[in-house]
Amino acid sequence: MTAQQKSWKEISPAGVCWKPASDYQTGDWRTFRPVRDPKKCTKCLLCHMVCPDAAIKWSKENQDLEFDYNYCKGCGICANECALKAIKMIVEGGE
Amino acid sequence: MAKIEQKVLPLNGDEAVALAAKQSDVDVVAAYPITPQTIIVEKFSEYVANGEVDTEFVCTESEHSALTASLTAALTGARAFTATASAGLALMHEIVYVTAGCRAPVVMAVTNRALSAPINIHCDHSDAMAERDSGWIQIWAENAQETYDSVIQAFRIAEHPDLLTPVMVNLDGFFLSHTLEKIQVLPDEEVRRFVGIRQFPLVTDTEGNTVPFKLDPNHPLTVGPLDMPDYYFEHKRQQEDAMHRAPKIIREVHDEYAELTGRSYGNGFVDSYRLEDAEIATVCLGSVAGTTKTVVDQLRKQGVKAGVLRIRAFRPMPIEDIQKALTGAKAIAVMDRSNSVGGNGGPLFHEIRHTLYGTEMHPHIADYIYGLGGRDMPPRIIQSIYKELDDISKTGRVKRLVQFAGVRD
Repeated sequence: MTAQQKSWKEISPAGVCWKPASDYQTGDWRTFRPVRDPKKCTKCLLCHMVCPDAAIKWSKENQDLEFDYNYCKGCGICANECALKAIKMIVEGGE
Repeated sequence: MAKIEQKVLPLNGDEAVALAAKQSDVDVVAAYPITPQTIIVEKFSEYVANGEVDTEFVCTESEHSALTASLTAALTGARAFTATASAGLALMHEIVYVTAGCRAPVVMAVTNRALSAPINIHCDHSDAMAERDSGWIQIWAENAQETYDSVIQAFRIAEHPDLLTPVMVNLDGFFLSHTLEKIQVLPDEEVRRFVGIRQFPLVTDTEGNTVPFKLDPNHPLTVGPLDMPDYYFEHKRQQEDAMHRAPKIIREVHDEYAELTGRSYGNGFVDSYRLEDAEIATVCLGSVAGTTKTVVDQLRKQGVKAGVLRIRAFRPMPIEDIQKALTGAKAIAVMDRSNSVGGNGGPLFHEIRHTLYGTEMHPHIADYIYGLGGRDMPPRIIQSIYKELDDISKTGRVKRLVQFAGVRD
C-alpha cells in the first residue's frame, strides 16, 4: 500500500464520489478521433442526434457543430451515420 | 401491555406485508408478481388504484428491473419497497449485491419458495439462502403477525443513517403468505410516526457544503462508480462494519416497537422457547417454529427437557445470542428447509455448528433437511427428531450427521 492510499475508515461509503459524472473527462479512452470536413457538412445535425455520449453539441454562438473531445470516446457512430461522409475517423496520436 | 389500541383484522401474510408497506408511507414500490408473493403486489396495486396511497408504483418487466428501480429510488432519498420469491429473487441476484454495495436501504419481502427444477411454487428457503452472502439484513418471520411487525421495523432499521443496509423480510410461502390469521394492526398515523421521515447521514460535497447523502441535482454526486483492486476490498470491508452496527439498531427498533404494541419476538434476534434448562434442542427458521413449540410443550408434559431456538435475524448472525441460548443443550438438531447439495448439510446447520465450535460447550449436532418444495412438516416428524436427540444425548453418538426428514426412502 502506498502512502496516499486510504483505509476503509477514511473513504466515502459505497465508493460515492462527491461530484457529478459530468466532471470526469472520459475522452482519453478514445482510439479514433472524429474529424469533420466543414466543406462537406450541411449541419443537418444527424450526428448530434446519434451521438450516444452527447459529445456533439450545437453552438448557438458560432451557429455550428462542435465536437467535445473531453467526452467523445471515438465510437464512430457519427462517421458511420453521416449521409455526406463529412466525418472521418483518424487514429488518435497518429499523423 | 401495549401502549396503543390496535384493530384486529383477518389478513394473510402477504396482505399483512402490503398493509405494513402502505402504512409505512413508502414513496416507491417497484415490483413484479410471482407466486406466492403475488398478493402483496396485487394488494398494493389496489391501494394505488383506490388512491389510498401517494406511492409511485412501477410495474416493471422483470424482477431484475424491479429491484433496480427500488435501488435507484432509494438512492434519491425515497423510501423504497419491493417483494419477490424464488425465481424472481434469483433473477434479482445481481442487483441484490448492487443494492447492498450501494448502501441503498431498500426493504424487500421475500415469500420463500423453492427454486426450479422441477418447478415448484411451494415453501422452501433455497431462494433466500442463495442471497445469504449478499450484504442484506435477513429477518425471518414465524407467523403473519410477525411479517406485519417486521416490515414496519425493517424501514427503521434499513434507513438508519448509521446503517444504510437493505433488509429482506422472509415469510414462508403459503404457510404464511396465504393463511388467514387474526392480525393486530396499528393505526396508520402510529406507523407513520414510528417509521418517521427518512433521515440521511450528512456529508461534505466538493464545494464544501454540508448536504444529505442522497442523489440531488443541486448537490450532484456519483453513485455506483468503478473500483479497481486498490479500493474494492475497502468498500466491502465497510459493509461488514455497517453490519456490525446492525445489532444495536435492530434491538432498539424491536424494543421500541414492543413497548408500543406489546409484541416482541424473543430479543429481536433469537426467539428462545423453553431453552433455560433444555437438554435437547432444535434450531430453525420461519413457520416451522410454531409446530415445534407445540411439540416441545407435549414433550415437557412427559418430563422431557426439550426446547427450540428460532433464529429471527439470520443476518447479521446473532453469534452470542445463539451461544447463550444453547448453553446446556447436550444434543442439538438443526432444521434446514434448504440443502447445500454436496455440502454435507444445509446452510443453517453449517452456521450453527460454526457458531458453537470453539466454545466451551461441546454439544452433539445433527442436521435434518426437511420440507423441501413445501413438503409438510407434521408434529410426528418433529417428535421423531426429538426422540433421536434424546438417544444422542444418552449415547453420546450421532449416527447420521445429515438426514432428510420426511423424504420417502
